[in-house]
Amino acid sequence: MKRTLFAAAAILLAGCINSGAWAADKLKVGFIYLGPVGDLGWTYQHELARQALVKELGDKIETTFLENVPEGPDAERAIEQLVRAGNKLIFTTSFGYMDPTLKVAKKYPNVHFEHCSGYKRDKNMSTYSARWYQGRYIQGLIAAKMSKAGVLGYIGSFPIPEVVSGINATMLGAQTINPNIKVKIIWVNSWFDPGKEADAAKALLDQGADMIMQHTDSPAAMQVSSERGKLAFGQDSEMIKFGPKAQLTSILDTWAPYYIERVKAELAGTWKSEDTWGGLESKMFEMAPYTNMPDDVKKMAEDTQAAIASGKLHPFKCPVVTQDGKDVECKGGDHLEDTQILGMNFYVKGIDDKLPGK
Amino acid sequence: MQLVLEKRAERSATIALISPLIAIGLTIATLCIVFAVLGKNPIAALAVYFIDPLTDGYSLQEIAVKATPLVMIAIGLSLCYLANAWNIGAEGQFLIGAVAGSWLAVKTQGTDAGHWVLPAMLVLGAAAGALYALIPAICKVRFGASEILTSLMLVYVADLLLDYLVRGPWRDPQGFNFPTTAEFDPVATVPTLIEGGRLHLGSIIALFVVAAGAVLLGRTIKGFEIRVVGAAPRAARFGGFNANQLVLLTFAISGALAGLAGIIEVAGPVGHLQPGISPGYGFTAIIVAFLGRLNPIGILIAGLFLALTFIGGEQAQIAMKIPLDVTKVFQGILLFYVLACDSLILYRFRLISSSPKVQSGAH
Repeated sequence: MKRTLFAAAAILLAGCINSGAWAADKLKVGFIYLGPVGDLGWTYQHELARQALVKELGDKIETTFLENVPEGPDAERAIEQLVRAGNKLIFTTSFGYMDPTLKVAKKYPNVHFEHCSGYKRDKNMSTYSARWYQGRYIQGLIAAKMSKAGVLGYIGSFPIPEVVSGINATMLGAQTINPNIKVKIIWVNSWFDPGKEADAAKALLDQGADMIMQHTDSPAAMQVSSERGKLAFGQDSEMIKFGPKAQLTSILDTWAPYYIERVKAELAGTWKSEDTWGGLESKMFEMAPYTNMPDDVKKMAEDTQAAIASGKLHPFKCPVVTQDGKDVECKGGDHLEDTQILGMNFYVKGIDDKLPGK
Repeated sequence: MQLVLEKRAERSATIALISPLIAIGLTIATLCIVFAVLGKNPIAALAVYFIDPLTDGYSLQEIAVKATPLVMIAIGLSLCYLANAWNIGAEGQFLIGAVAGSWLAVKTQGTDAGHWVLPAMLVLGAAAGALYALIPAICKVRFGASEILTSLMLVYVADLLLDYLVRGPWRDPQGFNFPTTAEFDPVATVPTLIEGGRLHLGSIIALFVVAAGAVLLGRTIKGFEIRVVGAAPRAARFGGFNANQLVLLTFAISGALAGLAGIIEVAGPVGHLQPGISPGYGFTAIIVAFLGRLNPIGILIAGLFLALTFIGGEQAQIAMKIPLDVTKVFQGILLFYVLACDSLILYRFRLISSSPKVQSGAH
């Protein structure tokens, strides 16, 4: 017994010395993940970016991640554990980590934090997100062209502005093709729940929608669409293998360039707190290849993508009209201002549904 | 020769004591094999799991924070289980307690309510938990409905009620539609005990609960009644003990403790009401109750031990890149071994020579 204790102590000691030596030459970078790394959606994309980061800067950094961290009382502890393990730059990759990240950031002013998709910042806490609504607009165009029924099925996670602006952008895109397009929305109140997502997809198809779009993270809806011989859009990651005949395109979260840039800044000592909201032009996200559609639709999608990336086309170009027929104040010149999109809390005209909580 | 399980003439007291230790020993042995298969040094991994978290004040605090709700709920559950009343719905009572206490926090938000708010919240939480637990208890006593089913089903009702409230009426107006209330005011928050740490008053309350549980079971007539009703219902009836009354009582106590744990968790470490405030505390507490042999001191130790596995599991992810799934496997096999070893209390292994008939019949 004594001997085992000794051995354990020796290993511990060796471990400490070892990690001390590591800390001296390598920057420690930590990640907090919402789902399992194998969710094939949101968390998986962050994990791919982490791997790309290691590939690019592996000789200068050491990375660690904690997966499946619930957005409750455990999040603060998980983040603090990373700080205490010597991580100097920590990416917290879900909206619900906002308050815990801020709490830990205030406690450790010398550690830098990067919070994904939130709105609270501090001297040592940046935020980053992507303008997914741009991709949703393109999806709306494709959907309106490809839908025979003129009814889209939309699986929502939470009615937060990111998701609401996605629904609106989809409809604005679709309405340019078919002014009478309809959308049916089901909220599953989760980012990742394959069972509920599949049920929602089935319910939407049963209600007459012939195309599924989703703002949730698993490929379950894609599989259901594929089984029923319907078309669908992927989310977060490439989902074509779950619906080779179903996927039209998918919004791919490509965090790698941002992560590499921020870690390089940290290494160079030039990191500072920022708010980054990257669009198609910055490759903060990309569109998966346009598949299962005729060439003219594909061309239209590609042209629209180019127009948005070059800034010629803005999905929320004025006038934007709300559900109840009011014009939204045009604060950004000829399009809505970023703050209006970030806080979007209304449906645009043509959505025959009620925004939860309104 | 054949190995058979044979019922013991009487319960073995020694085995009852060492059974959890055997279970932990077997778990650690199995864990070593898992680590070795994963290519990790088993001793180093065990050190990260079980020794590292005990070596610094921060981790010790975190263990206490994590164990607090588990221990409080498990003490209540142990009273139920001892009295042969099967409350499986502590998770729901936890959530209802959190909701009831939060009601006051939300209503007094931004007013200059005094320091009475927090104590009132705790009372509300406990009362709501008790009332909620009485529903399945009354259904059992009055109509003979299985309390296992009804208490479990009420978990989902509580979950959906909380969900509705934070998405609708109680939602933070500044929260960008996210399902959460605004942060509670300082007077509605459980104070922390150590500057910079998360250890809070709730942990002290949990210790009081453990002490009260030990006194109730060991030193009072009620405690004696609870144990007799569970262990020997016929004897209890002859003794004039009212089993139905005890079902109501133990359910109420257990619900109150779960509700109290719920509001403490929300007003303490979380700081606001939101969905997902409980990573299954009410269910994990069932494991804690049995691991602690339905004994208050045992439950305290078991709660701390299970909390240690959570904290150690995180540190193992960080320090040795051991996947989180291993921690879950670990908690699973621990319960498996505990239950398996428990059968040794009532049964024993015996080698008997098998009859030749059986041997020839084998082919």
